[in-house]
Amino acid sequence: MSEKETKNNVQLNGLPASPGLAIGKAYVYQKEKLQIQNRHIINVEDAINELEEAIAKSKKELQKTLSLALEKIGESRAVIFEAQKMILEDQYLFDSVKRKIIKEQKSPELAVFEELSKYQDILKSSSEVYMQERALDIEDVKNRIIKNLQKKSWVSRFQSDVIVVSDSLSPADVVLLSRNHIKGFVIETGGLTSHVAIIARSLNLPAVLGTHDATSKITNEDLLVVDGFEGIVIINPSEDLLQKYREKEKKLSEFDNELSQLRNLPAKTLDGKEIILRANIDVLEELDYLIQNGGQGIGLLRTEQLFDLSEFPDEEEQHKLYKIIADKVFPEKVIIRAFDVGGDKFLPHGIKEKNPFLGWRGIKFLLDNRKIFKTQIKAILRANVNGNVKFMIPMVSGYSEVVATKEIIEECKRELESEGKPFGKTLPFGIMVEVPSTAVMAKEFAKEVDFLSIGTNDLIQFLLAVDRGNDIVSTYYQEFHPAVIRTLYHIIKLGKEGDAMVSMCGEMASDVKATPLLVGLGLDSLSVNPAHIPYIKKIIRNLEFSKAEQLANECLSCLTEKEIIDKIEKFFKENLLQISKQAL
Amino acid sequence: MIEAKVQIKNNAGLHTRPAATLVKIASKYKSEFYISKNGLNINGKSIIGVMTLAAEKGSELILKFEGDDEEEMAKEIIDYFNRGFDEL
Repeated sequence: MSEKETKNNVQLNGLPASPGLAIGKAYVYQKEKLQIQNRHIINVEDAINELEEAIAKSKKELQKTLSLALEKIGESRAVIFEAQKMILEDQYLFDSVKRKIIKEQKSPELAVFEELSKYQDILKSSSEVYMQERALDIEDVKNRIIKNLQKKSWVSRFQSDVIVVSDSLSPADVVLLSRNHIKGFVIETGGLTSHVAIIARSLNLPAVLGTHDATSKITNEDLLVVDGFEGIVIINPSEDLLQKYREKEKKLSEFDNELSQLRNLPAKTLDGKEIILRANIDVLEELDYLIQNGGQGIGLLRTEQLFDLSEFPDEEEQHKLYKIIADKVFPEKVIIRAFDVGGDKFLPHGIKEKNPFLGWRGIKFLLDNRKIFKTQIKAILRANVNGNVKFMIPMVSGYSEVVATKEIIEECKRELESEGKPFGKTLPFGIMVEVPSTAVMAKEFAKEVDFLSIGTNDLIQFLLAVDRGNDIVSTYYQEFHPAVIRTLYHIIKLGKEGDAMVSMCGEMASDVKATPLLVGLGLDSLSVNPAHIPYIKKIIRNLEFSKAEQLANECLSCLTEKEIIDKIEKFFKENLLQISKQAL
Repeated sequence: MIEAKVQIKNNAGLHTRPAATLVKIASKYKSEFYISKNGLNINGKSIIGVMTLAAEKGSELILKFEGDDEEEMAKEIIDYFNRGFDEL
């Protein structure tokens, strides 16, 4: 009998981190707390042999994880496992572990625990995020050796076709889990922009995150329904409910088949307005989804996600990768965004800021670190030999930042010229519009650049003064806040007056509910998660632009988010009912 | 015994790659090699020790070398620090 009661038909609510529907058995993935006993050693020699064996086994396991990571998430992200492997090879560390066993007659697991914990404690006392992460590396190595000493298997492979339920998952867990046929994820922590959310979306797996008590309510083998559209998890659903979801599942798979037929068709409205539909790319694996789903190139390449920025990659390394990506999407375009560090993203050098979202971010960091900036621009210019690369800078807040960047681009071109390296002479240049000051001055910016790309995540949080990562105020973070819609309208209108293409690459562009309104506001292009391309394309192809424009006009006079959402829902019912993937 | 004070010059600091290189260089020599930073003293031939220092740009370290080949060892290692771990 399990210590938990069996729950029937219980619903948990969380964040809809990755869309889709999964029905399957739960697998509760928990990092076991290790029990360390100071068992008496009978034979020192045996104890040392046990230790050697456990280290050798750990090395082998880690090597496997490392090669799997290389294959699944790429070299730059796999380096986190390098450090762990190096610790296992530390002669001095294990000499001191052995001394403990020999001199103090301690069991190997206790000796390993005590020696490795020493280093962990030093790191934990630091407030640097970077050092705390390293403490986690040591924790992983320590647990791995101890598990191997206790001859327990390191859980990484289990039944397939399960839904993984966990309190939190590390990147290593995600990599290991992804090689099984996982149906979906339910995780207690994490937000929409967390690593797990991004990976789940790119692997097209439904995920509900931020369900605070999932592991205490769900037991292994419970039947789960995971609704990644709504952020709902149902534990042991009633027969009726299960039936309802099974039907929905069937409809969805029919719908997916239908969508796949749209692959080579343009995203054009019934009355002939064409929208360029591109994809946001974080990891190389998503490129295949992009091509499979018929995206017209990449609207946002998040370069800070491609590399391990604890050491900024050199020009050659960057050039190589950008060129591969540009070639893969040719003749379609790729918009490469300069490193967007700071805020909730990793800031090198472990600098601590009181208010990182308003701190050393995006273009401000790049202009202050000119060498890093120039290295990247040169790599991008060189990747543009076939003319299908565009370049954009993040977090612009003032006109002079654009002028300075343009000068740097010219300087880079001159340097490449004199170095005799071939590059694409015409590099279309654009900016992210995600700071209110830039939205206000959109026309002047538009005259200075080739395109504007609206980043909704930051724009909304700055406009509404709401931290998007803060649960307490999350209801105030409103995508459809009337001021947000009016600001979008303003940016698009002024952008066009200033002769620039206007696109959107924020989370809002991937929200199917927003599609008719965004098209109606007059955006030229949307850049969305690769998995969303077919559905958004389908909506656009069933839309009349004139009606969408009318919807946008009506929304511009609304006073609350609710009014706008009501209008959108009404619009779907009247115009797009037959293609609503789920009740909106 | 040789004692020297060095400063971290590269932007990323003494991260994984230079830590590994440093240990590799030190391991070629017979002499003992210790690094201390703010009172924390670690064996410079131990990767976990060097990682634990997590010395960022601008931090000052004291290096100690002791043994038969301490001079050659000190020369090569101090030089590696001064080159900013070849990341300048």
